[in-house]
This record gives sequence, structure tokens and C-alpha cells, in this order.
Amino acid sequence: MTTSPFVKLDGVAKRWNGQLGVEGITLDIPEGSFTALLGPSGCGKSTTLRLLAGLELPDEGKILIDSKDVTTSAASDRNLSMVFQSYALFPHLSVAENVVFGLKVRRVPKQERQEKLHRALEITGLLGLEDRKPGELSGGQRQRVALARAIVAGQRLCLMDEPLSNLDAKLRNAVRKDIKKLQRDLGITVVYVTHDQTEAMSMADTVVLMKDGHIQQVGTPEDLYSRPSNTFVAEFVGAPPMALLQSSVLDGFGDDKTIGIRAENIQIAPKGEGRLRCVVNESEFLGAETLIGLDHAGATGLCVLKPGLSMIAEGNEIDINFHDENLHVFDAAGQRQAG
Amino acid sequence: MSAHANLERRRQAIYGWLLLSPAAVLLTLFAFYPSVATLWSSVFSRGTRRKPTEFVGTENYADLFADPTFWIVVKNNILYAGVTIPVSIFIALSMALWANGKIRARGFVRTAYFTPTVLPMIAAANLWLFFYTPGLGVLDQIGSLFGLPSVNWLGQPETALWAIIIVTIWKEAGFFMIFYLAALQTIPEDLKEAADIEGTSRWTYTRRIVLPLLMPTTLFIAVNAMINSVKLIDHLFILTKGGPSDASKLILYYIWEMAFAFFDAPSAAAMTIMVIAVLGIVATIQFFYLDKRTHYQ
Repeated sequence: MTTSPFVKLDGVAKRWNGQLGVEGITLDIPEGSFTALLGPSGCGKSTTLRLLAGLELPDEGKILIDSKDVTTSAASDRNLSMVFQSYALFPHLSVAENVVFGLKVRRVPKQERQEKLHRALEITGLLGLEDRKPGELSGGQRQRVALARAIVAGQRLCLMDEPLSNLDAKLRNAVRKDIKKLQRDLGITVVYVTHDQTEAMSMADTVVLMKDGHIQQVGTPEDLYSRPSNTFVAEFVGAPPMALLQSSVLDGFGDDKTIGIRAENIQIAPKGEGRLRCVVNESEFLGAETLIGLDHAGATGLCVLKPGLSMIAEGNEIDINFHDENLHVFDAAGQRQAG
Repeated sequence: MSAHANLERRRQAIYGWLLLSPAAVLLTLFAFYPSVATLWSSVFSRGTRRKPTEFVGTENYADLFADPTFWIVVKNNILYAGVTIPVSIFIALSMALWANGKIRARGFVRTAYFTPTVLPMIAAANLWLFFYTPGLGVLDQIGSLFGLPSVNWLGQPETALWAIIIVTIWKEAGFFMIFYLAALQTIPEDLKEAADIEGTSRWTYTRRIVLPLLMPTTLFIAVNAMINSVKLIDHLFILTKGGPSDASKLILYYIWEMAFAFFDAPSAAAMTIMVIAVLGIVATIQFFYLDKRTHYQ
């Protein structure tokens, strides 16, 4: 067993007519891991996945899968499967035909095909729906057919391009768990593209946060949440996201820095005893707690959580307090400073 | 039922009839009534000044079946349909698959293929007359370069019908291609990508995915091509007038001759009824047989 990663992207770049697609993507993905590519629309996460799949060819850089250089290989030579956002099911073929389509193309014998089909349908809970057409299935069932098609071939690498974005919120939670369990049980490597940070944070071992074609941070969900490497990550990850303050409003941090603080680390202080005085701009009841949004001239996204139903009228002035060890300090360029 | 629900139902019914009436009136006036009138006149004899029109039952039909020209024309039309329908569909499909691909000057290719459709059939026929003319025509000019003898394509019974068939295919393929192109646009790009990842060859993808998804279009085109194989005779007037010795005469042309050259309206009516019957039966078979094997989205 070598120590080299299962999937390796090395300085990969793809430009569209001179415009930026992705740039300088360097990423190691270990075997059996669940990696999420996360970022806002147009950040290049889907492009990265398509480069990995071989649906696009990179302008620069190298892609290795299982220690094999596949930079210019055809998609079919990369030994991977893919789940598309639209599921890409063949509308005129039944569930069974859709699932075994690839096996048929690869001329897998009929007996083996039947066994694999049965197993894939069993795992995805689709037994009994073999003869239905995709048009006769619900959104969640279609999604599972796409999953079954991806796992039936037994490829070790599975790429997923926003597979849950066409499902309603409730179903999404259930399928999220199913996918995670599937990945663990089968021991496959999954690269998962999403713009939903809840998906990325709850499913992935490693989250790759991207913006404007560049990787911003690679780390565990916990890393991204508690040690954001720059102000973009700080403001993207978490709900509510991290509040950012100009360092000049606090003592002892200089003038050109940005200070980040999470809502759960802020307490409301008695009048006159807090470190900042803010104006309440909204109160949002979330159920277990109430989110109180605050305005301050030197801060963005400042808010505080109060347990239970605890509305404060708009326009009220309140003082807040926080500890220095909970502060995240970013330099003038927005990069995290040590600590 | 309460009064307002009843009123609402009546309102809906009136609304429905209003929507239906324009089509019903036009179809009755210009399709149903003429069909019935044709059927009516096909069972009466041809009236002359001395012998007034009288009911003759199926006599007009019997006369037709005894007419050797009628059988030549039927045979011609079957060959004409049997060749133009599959060949023009095949060419249309090939052109559409090609023009839908990532090729250079795609817009130009599409326009070029579509041009024959835009031309009126009479103009197209004149164009082809210029190709086929013995001695002066383009075909003969090219042939003479290779020392081939001059051929009178339109003037000899062996080639006349085939020359007509080629013009029809040339005219129709571009038209059908447009339908195929439109249908190809509706096939999502990611089906191709999903197939690519599985290692599907282009041919397998076309055969197993594209062709089945094009079936509704193929069915539509097949019915249209069949109707056209009876309906499209404009070029006969320019190119051969059905000759030589009826070698390129098609049913509708014969009907026209009967009605307006020989003034035998009852025979023309009888032939028309037969054409309608055959077309109706074939279209029904096409729809019911192929519909079962067609996937609609």
C-alpha cells in the first residue's frame, strides 16, 4: 500500500475563452473519504468535478486517480461513476435497464448483471420498481435510481454533482443520511459538489471551500467552522455566519485588522458593562432560540443568540460582551493570523 | 346541486363550445362535407346531355379495377412511397445528427439543408429539369467529362419514375431534418455525459438512447411522408406529365387527369375515396402499432 492519495489534482486550471474557470486547484483525496466541494454559484466546484470526471479537459495541471495519470483520459477510462444534478436517467428505459445500462455496455454477462442489479436495488430500496419508467417515479425515487446506477458497477470513486438540489427539504435530510451510510458501507471514495453548507458540513470528512475558481480552505468541517483561514470562509460557513468587526472598534488589535466572532460566543451584558454598544435591528424566533440581529458602525453580520422565545424590540440599544480567546483575527488582506 | 354550481357548469359548457366551434365549422365546410360529397358522387354515373346522372352503385369502382392504367399508377405510387419514405427519413436523420454535432459552420449547414424546403416545388422542378435535360443538363455535362453517353433521364420509362423519386427525396429530407433537429435539441446534454462515463460508444449511444427518444418524431415524420407520397405531385407537371407511357404517373396526377382532362368526375371521385381509405388505414396502423413502441416524454 502506497501512501500516495487515491485522487490527486495538481495545479489544475481550466479557462473558458480566457475567462476564469478554475485556477491552481491542488487537492489530495484519500481513499474511502467523503470530500465535499463547497462554494457559491459560479465558484468552479462543478467545473472541478467535471475535470475529475473527464467531461472537460484541463488547460493546465495533472489529474491522478489511483496513481495513474488520467489527465487526458476519456471519462470511461477513469473507473468512476457519477450522479448528476438532473439524475440524467434515460427516460425511455425502465429502472432496471437504467441501472444496468453501463454493465450492458461493458458486456457483463447476464447472470452477473442480474445479481448486481438486485443488490444495487436492494441497497437503494428500489426493489419492486424495476419495471417503472423514470417518469412514473417520485423525485426521491429517481434520485435513488441515479444512486443505484452509480454504485452498480462497483467503481471505487463516485462523483456527485449536487444530487440533492432537486429534492424538497425534508427528503433532502433523509437522503443525506442514506448517501453517507452508503459511502461508509461500500467503502467508496465520494467527491460531492454542493452549494449547501449544511450538506457539506454534515456529510463530508473533508470540505473544500472554493470561490472564484480558487480553493479557499481545505479541512474538516470543524476546521472550517472554528479556524476559518480567511474572512470569506468565516462569512460563508455557519448559520448565522461569523460577524466581522473592524479592529479599530476594539482596544489592543491595531487599526488594519478584521476581527471575527461567532454569535454563540457573544453575551448580552448589563448596560454600561459591555465591550460594544449596538442597536437591535431584528429579532428572529428560531424555535429553541431567538436570533437577535445587531447594528454597529464598525461591524457586519453581528448577532447574538438568546435561548427560547426572547424578542427584543427593534431600535433598542444593548451592550454585548465576549472573550478574547473566542476572537478570530484576520490581517489586512483578510488572511487568518496565527492562533 | 346548488344554483351557482349549475350556472358555472353551463358557463363552462358554453365556453367549451365556443372554443370548439371555429375548428368544427372550418373542418365541416372544407373537409367533412367535401369527403361526403365525393363519396356521394362516386356512386353516380357520369351525366351527359342525353344520359342524365343515375345511381350506379359500385360500377365506377369496378370500372377502375378493370382499367390497366389504374394498376400501373397504383404500382408506381407504391414504389414511389416505398422508396421516398424510408430514404428521406434516413437522410433527414443522418443530416440532423451531423448538423446537431459540434461542427464548424453549423448555421450554414443547417440553412443549406433547409433550402430545398423553402423553394416552391414548381421552382425546384424547374431546377431539376435543368439537371436532367439531355445534352445540356448538368448530369449529362458531368457524364460527358467521363465519356459517358447522353441519357434522357426523364424521357425513358426505365428512369423517369426514379428521377421523380430523387427530386422528392431532395425536397423532403431537409424538411424532415428540421423536425429531427428540434427533437435532438430536447435531449439533455447530460444523458450523453452519463453514457460517456459508462464508456458507451457513439454508435451505441445513438442506437440505444437517441433513436428511441426520437421515435415520436419519426412516427410524425413517417405519417407526413406517407401523406406526401400521395399529395406531392407538383413536380410531375413540370418534369414528365406522368409520362412516358404512364411510367411516372402517380395516383393524384391520374385523379387530376380524370377530373380535369377527361372530365370524368365520378371516376376521379371513386379513386379519391380509395386513396382516402388506404391512407386512413395505413395511418391508423402506424399510430397504433408504433405508438406502443414509442416513448413520449
